[in-house]
Amino acid sequence: MATVDIRDVRKAFGPFEVLHGVSVAIADGEFVVLVGPSGCGKSTLLRMLAGLENITSGEIAIGPKVVNNVPPKDRDIAMVFQNYALYPHMTVFDNMAFSMTLAKAPKALMEQEVNRAAKILGLEQLLQRFPRQLSGGQRQRVAMGRAIVRNPQVFLFDEPLSNLDAKLRVQMRSEIKELHQRLKVTTVYVTHDQIEAMTMADKIVVMNGGNIEQIGAPLELYDRPANVFVAGFIGSPAMNILKGTVANGSLRTDDGTNWPLPTGLKNAKEGPAVYGVRPEHLRIDGNGGIPATVQVVEPTGSETQVLMKIGSQTMVGAFRERVTAKPGEILPVRPDPALVHLFDQQSGQRL
Amino acid sequence: MTVTTMTDWTRARPQPNWLARLFDYKPFLVVACLTPALGLLLVFLTYPLGLGIWLSFTDTKIGRTGEFVGLDNFEYLLSDPQFWSAVFYSVFYTAVATFGKFALGLWLALLLNNHVPFKSLLRAIILLPWIVPTVLSALAFWWLYDPQFSIFSYLAIDILHIRKTPFDFLSTIWPARWSLIAANIWRGIPFVAISLLAGLQTISPSLYEAALLDGSTAWQRFRYITFPLLLPILAIVMTFSIIFTFTDFQLVYAITRGGPLNSTHLMATLAFQRGISGGELGEGAAIAVAMIPFLVAATLFSYFALARRKWQQGEAND
Repeated sequence: MATVDIRDVRKAFGPFEVLHGVSVAIADGEFVVLVGPSGCGKSTLLRMLAGLENITSGEIAIGPKVVNNVPPKDRDIAMVFQNYALYPHMTVFDNMAFSMTLAKAPKALMEQEVNRAAKILGLEQLLQRFPRQLSGGQRQRVAMGRAIVRNPQVFLFDEPLSNLDAKLRVQMRSEIKELHQRLKVTTVYVTHDQIEAMTMADKIVVMNGGNIEQIGAPLELYDRPANVFVAGFIGSPAMNILKGTVANGSLRTDDGTNWPLPTGLKNAKEGPAVYGVRPEHLRIDGNGGIPATVQVVEPTGSETQVLMKIGSQTMVGAFRERVTAKPGEILPVRPDPALVHLFDQQSGQRL
Repeated sequence: MTVTTMTDWTRARPQPNWLARLFDYKPFLVVACLTPALGLLLVFLTYPLGLGIWLSFTDTKIGRTGEFVGLDNFEYLLSDPQFWSAVFYSVFYTAVATFGKFALGLWLALLLNNHVPFKSLLRAIILLPWIVPTVLSALAFWWLYDPQFSIFSYLAIDILHIRKTPFDFLSTIWPARWSLIAANIWRGIPFVAISLLAGLQTISPSLYEAALLDGSTAWQRFRYITFPLLLPILAIVMTFSIIFTFTDFQLVYAITRGGPLNSTHLMATLAFQRGISGGELGEGAAIAVAMIPFLVAATLFSYFALARRKWQQGEAND
């Protein structure tokens, strides 16, 4: 196990820079998730960490050792690929034992290690099968088994669940997390799915356009997003974002609705600002609520999501209570001032 | 005044005419579709093959209808040293040339599978030896191997000063045999290289990345990833290559005509020489028919080598 230190790392493909100086410090045994939209550079960063891409400038250290010029095989890392990259002509056993075969390990040790990994992942019955004879979830497990056999300092996961169906994804998500809690190996996990990030990570790194937007614990990102991007990216359904002007202790949107300022920011500087309120922080309130026209009602059982129009803004509300309103009816809503967010309109940073 | 409503009007059901009905009649359709293909096969494949086999059991000469003589032709060939020399050289030629083509072709395919500048141009150039008509390239080789004007001799004598006399490519037995094999390898490489390159490109790059992280050396990646995954395609290409090489005719006929001392006769050229040039149609046909067991063996090899390997079976839901 080891720490990972990424210091001001840049990556350029020709004249085109895709990572603009990224720094992340990862503690020993930590589960870090790199999350961001497609093309934000998260996979490139992971591949640089693995040694599959070279580093244009900056430093990556695994443990105390800077690995910029260390070839992948000497970095003591194991990676799980999005398409699993299982060797199709080898059995599950041979796939998992491949790194030891290459290192000419004794047969007995090989069997012992593969069986240990197979036991962890429940693959004992499948060792003599070929990858084609496995289901998606089983292949995923074999890919992890191959990584476990390596006994590496760092596990890397590159969108490992995106080829699975929704149900299996939820199951494997908890399996990977449980595996990490058991093995306590430093893990870097790349995904574009913020729910995966929220549920699995000790620490989330939100990336966008080759920059890091925010680093923090999942709930910290949820409770105190550093900027409009993180606010909109973390949380599902996404946060409602309103543009308006702060005046007289409230925010007034261009179409004339008034929104209460966050509790701690009653005296915020007057002027243009961006207001954010999560759907689940809107309450139905008959007394003095802001009138919202119901457009679509989506009951999911545990909560009801309502798509509604306030002024000219389309907003989403998520209510624990059952909403019986029909489309076209007026629903009075009120945000919880303790849970709303205010951002600078120019920089997008949190106020 | 009547009002026409929808209920008064019924859509006319189109009645198929006799032609449409005929084409809907399955037995007719089966016969109609099979006839052209079967006809072509019968006229251009089965008839010549059957005629060849029949001729090999007769003493037909050009200008004389032969009579059935049983296995006489084959008995004669069994005691004919020239026939055995052709069998030996056919097998030797096929074995060495196939080995050479695959060694060089695989090497070339591996090179081209990397990121090289002007990749598509290089691929086009590599295909050239295969595109050029065989007789044309045979003539070029004939010129290259010329006892007097060979460019190799010129290079060795006048430029490098490592020899005093010109190379003797085609006038003694073994040099002539090796020279023909070299020409065949040159011609055969493109087919092998391009086919294997296509095979290489089906191997997912992430397998190499995974192997890289697993700690493999370049040789180990070839030995454990590339080669086994290429094997199915390698088997197909090799079967074709063996058949093409074994039945080769043009190169040998254009460069040496079987000489010197009939040492470079392949079975095909010997059959032609005896059957057409020599007029002994029955004997020529017998030599050609004698090739069949070898070709059947090659086909059987392909049948077993092409059988789906165990790892290729099962559902591919990826």
